[in-house]
Amino acid sequence: MDSFWGALAGAVGLVFALDPDLMEIIGLSIRVTLTAVFFSCLIGLPLGAAVGTFNFPGRTLIAVFLNALMGLPPVVVGLMVYLMLSASGPLAPLRLLYTPTAMIIAQMILVTPIVAALTRQVVEDLNREYAEQFASMGVGAFDRLTAMLWDARYSLMTVALAGFGRAVAEVGAVIIVGGNINHVTRVMTTTIALETSRGNLQLALALGVILLVIAFAVNACVMALRASAVRAAYA
Amino acid sequence: MRDLEFHSAAGSIAPPCLQQPLLETKGLSFSAGGARLLWDVSLEVRPGSRTLIMGPNGAGKSLLLRLMHGLLRPETGNVLWNGARLTAEARRSQAMVFQRPVLLRRSVFANLKFALSVRGLRGRNRSEKIEQALAVAGLSHLAKRPARVLSGGEQQRLAVVRALACEPDLLFLDEPTANLDPASTAAIEQLVLEANSSGVTIVMVTHDAGQAKRIGEDLVFLQDGKIAETGDVQQVLSAPKSEPVRAWRDGRIYLGANIETMSDKSGRRT
Repeated sequence: MDSFWGALAGAVGLVFALDPDLMEIIGLSIRVTLTAVFFSCLIGLPLGAAVGTFNFPGRTLIAVFLNALMGLPPVVVGLMVYLMLSASGPLAPLRLLYTPTAMIIAQMILVTPIVAALTRQVVEDLNREYAEQFASMGVGAFDRLTAMLWDARYSLMTVALAGFGRAVAEVGAVIIVGGNINHVTRVMTTTIALETSRGNLQLALALGVILLVIAFAVNACVMALRASAVRAAYA
Repeated sequence: MRDLEFHSAAGSIAPPCLQQPLLETKGLSFSAGGARLLWDVSLEVRPGSRTLIMGPNGAGKSLLLRLMHGLLRPETGNVLWNGARLTAEARRSQAMVFQRPVLLRRSVFANLKFALSVRGLRGRNRSEKIEQALAVAGLSHLAKRPARVLSGGEQQRLAVVRALACEPDLLFLDEPTANLDPASTAAIEQLVLEANSSGVTIVMVTHDAGQAKRIGEDLVFLQDGKIAETGDVQQVLSAPKSEPVRAWRDGRIYLGANIETMSDKSGRRT
């Protein structure tokens, strides 16, 4: 137990010292995750809303497919992206392997189904309420979709949050396609894995604490926003 | 109160239609889950009139309204709008207010704005219409409030003026005052009557005989998915020719009739 408390004390010291290496790792983590979540939302929100709003053949199949993809194993996604980007892969000319962009791509593949599947559920519930009124008003397809996304916006923030949680905590995919290269593709989770195996528990623990703090902070922000929305009866 | 001989009487009481009906249903039938909910309903709605649809719970009133509005497709029969098949385009000349107002999760103002934008209104024209609708509903001071924190009466007033803002030729209302207190009910009735006097044809479902007498002209009475009786509201309610309306008018027998009809149903259909 001594080593744990010792490591924890050292970790707190590192955090408050604003260690530049540590800051770089945190910065890259957040940049990669936010970019991945942003693009996942760009694809997943309209996709999920369309599946939740419109009746078309194969709709249930897509919904099942999206739900299944939510459980994609990160290492498998990492492997797939690796195969695509590696020197013998079809996307080799892009020279993206072992770059932050490759990590963003891998995280996008993991997060987009989560955003799309959860969006579909939220929008489907809202659609049940709105559908008849919209049909009566003669609301067109595009207006329906945007109205759904806008009116469900507070619930959809939680959806984006779920995506963020998955991406920021993810290690299997980014370590395969990023390679955990110091100062290039080293992020919090890959550092924790590496430093733990090297016995450098202070740094690993410091990063773990920061990861938790980030998760708490983002959750708290979204909950606060939602709470105000509930009070205003918009959610 | 034996069986339903009144069906033969139904057709003959149909109001004389000298002008072309604005909306007409011909032999509408509808089934769901293997049960026939509506049987061969034919009726006419005169332009500028106020038609009320009445009948006990489960008679198919709301269903008929949805078929007339084109929200549901009839199993057989069809709906004619100005003598032609009801199309999605024609439905834009209609509007509907539901029993529980469906308001967007936005402000009162934004609810009106959305409805008008859907109809392609923009800019000055749109904002003038919004102001006007707010004033008519007496909601100007609540324009910025989220629509869903309004009282039940305010919500339904908003739903009615939102429907009217799109200037429909015909307004459907499905028991719009079922959950409202007398003052709110009076406000809705006033909005409906004002709209009618400015030329909007009204088709409304109600359970309230008092309301029917206050605002109705033509009455369609449904029982078990069939038209039991049609005619002038005052006349039908004061001197009903059919057994279901007679039963319905008299509270005591109405309840008895309901139970009787239920036992009839099981007896007849098994």
